[in-house]
Amino acid sequence: MKKEYNLIKKNNDYFEIFGEIFIKLISLISFIVIILIFVFVFREAQYTFIEQRHETSQEEQIQETYGDIPEDNNVSTSGYASMETSGHAGKADWNNLTSKNWQPVSSEPKYGLIPLAIGSFKVTVVAVLFGAPIAILAAIYTALFANKKLKEIIKPSIEVLASFPSVVIGFFALVILATLLQNIFGYQYRLNAFVGGLALSLAIIPIIYTITEDALSTVPKYWVEASLALGANKWQTAFFVILPAAIPGIFAALILGFGRAFGETMIVLMATGNAALVSTNIFEPVRTMSATIGAEMAEVVFGEVHYGVLFLIGSILFIFTFILNAIAEFYIRGKLLKRFRGDV
Amino acid sequence: MRNKYLGKAFEILTLFSAIAIISVILFMLFEILYNSWGTLNWNFLISPPDQGMTAGGIFPAIVGTTYLVLLMSLIGVPIGTITAIYLVEYANSKSIFTKIIRFAVNTLAGVPSIVFGLFGLGFFIQFIGGGLDKVLYDNKELVWGQPNLLWASFTMAFLTVPVVIVSVEEALRSVPDDLRAASLALGVSKLRTIIKIVIPNAMSGIITGTILAISRGAGEVAPILFTGAAYFLPKLPSSLSDQFMNLGYHIYIMSTQSTNVDETAGIQFATVAVLLLLTSSLTGIGVYFRYKIRKRKLN
Repeated sequence: MKKEYNLIKKNNDYFEIFGEIFIKLISLISFIVIILIFVFVFREAQYTFIEQRHETSQEEQIQETYGDIPEDNNVSTSGYASMETSGHAGKADWNNLTSKNWQPVSSEPKYGLIPLAIGSFKVTVVAVLFGAPIAILAAIYTALFANKKLKEIIKPSIEVLASFPSVVIGFFALVILATLLQNIFGYQYRLNAFVGGLALSLAIIPIIYTITEDALSTVPKYWVEASLALGANKWQTAFFVILPAAIPGIFAALILGFGRAFGETMIVLMATGNAALVSTNIFEPVRTMSATIGAEMAEVVFGEVHYGVLFLIGSILFIFTFILNAIAEFYIRGKLLKRFRGDV
Repeated sequence: MRNKYLGKAFEILTLFSAIAIISVILFMLFEILYNSWGTLNWNFLISPPDQGMTAGGIFPAIVGTTYLVLLMSLIGVPIGTITAIYLVEYANSKSIFTKIIRFAVNTLAGVPSIVFGLFGLGFFIQFIGGGLDKVLYDNKELVWGQPNLLWASFTMAFLTVPVVIVSVEEALRSVPDDLRAASLALGVSKLRTIIKIVIPNAMSGIITGTILAISRGAGEVAPILFTGAAYFLPKLPSSLSDQFMNLGYHIYIMSTQSTNVDETAGIQFATVAVLLLLTSSLTGIGVYFRYKIRKRKLN
């Protein structure tokens, strides 16, 4: 098609020429936005390392806090009011950032990112360990064993889960799941990494399911037929032919699921208890990196160290998910396609 | 023999996994609808919150969410559609420019939503908004350099652009090449062919993309946490520089920050039910359209 187009392209048709330039410029926006995200999230993170001024007046500070300050006085504003937002001295250095305490609002603020990183990993690992096997097995059932009718019921039903807003899943975890699980397991804290992780698995199950199902369905039909023709039965074909061929796709699904879980905010913000602890116990509350940004950005003052540190956390999240996505894409593109083209 | 039984056992295991996921979804839906039954009625949808949020409805949150998704679509849908047109009609898949765009779109789809929020704050509010205030008001007034409807919409628009691109791309690819060839053979130029022939035939895809983007935008909370959403506003937003109430944000604040969490449980569940019905019905419509497009492609 492209060649035919070019044959009749006239050189003096300005509508065509400027139209094409316009389309190109607009399609550059996605790229520009990526660059801008890089630049501006990193730029604001600089305040982590800048020595603070103290002369900001109280009035200015109130104007420059972000998020809303509830205007309805009948309702508690305690969460906001009790937070002292006055400027803190100094800047965050490497030792402070790698310490084991996250106490940004105190006379001697501690910006240790270790407990937050541990929190993020704990919740994410629970989510992937729980969600991935179920999602992959369900995908295997849909792609390999289900008959056409069942497939048309199961697939859309699971994909509906992808349309559930994360705040809804978070609410479900906070109000229903947390109590239910505490009654079953009898642990001490109602909200903890376990509850958050399980809720988070609901968010990544549809992703892992869909990609795995795709990977399994794109295994060439003649591979399956060849296997059956050689006398292998349905399960042997599934196990030894289709599954190994789809491994790169499943791997990519896992990586993308991991990345999504790591960056997810609302679910962990609502369901993990948000206490920055250094521990390996999954039944204790955790505070993740994303939840920290979500919870504290409304209380910080522009240009303060705390403000900078939150952006620094955002930068780390961005780079981390960026790398994961790049790996997943490279893996799908490189391995999966090559394999199906026949040059294993 | 043994092999056969193992195989059967594995098949049953996979079946149970599928059933487990669907059961959890049904359980969630049941709990949410069951608990919101007493509160959810027409009045709840059309009245504002009352008595310090412990009574009344969610009308302002519905209006705020509607404004947000409409503005977001106005910004994001044209960008997404044109990018998709470039990728399908113009791009040479081997050129570096195309590869960059492709990579950017994929990356954009994977950026965590909270990072979009930070981007909105750092770029739109601080940089653009702050800059506008400097130029227009000489820094005496804080108009654009603060969270508002416009910046929240922009932030959300870029979050949903990949959704639009994927849908429109698929629809464009399902338009038969014969149609393009026929138009070109009649001497119509490329861009005119795209505008007069390709886009009308891909309209369903553009609509699908818009619906799916709206569904996504209506449910996302993290990007608007600090770019414009407000807990309670006595008035509906009347200009682009106003803050707004939002269904998802309302759920978040009501269930975590309010003191009378138990007292407002009915309202919370009803709000969740409204948001969930909104997003899943939109997604349902979108997916149905997409299914039809795929069918056309196969024929």
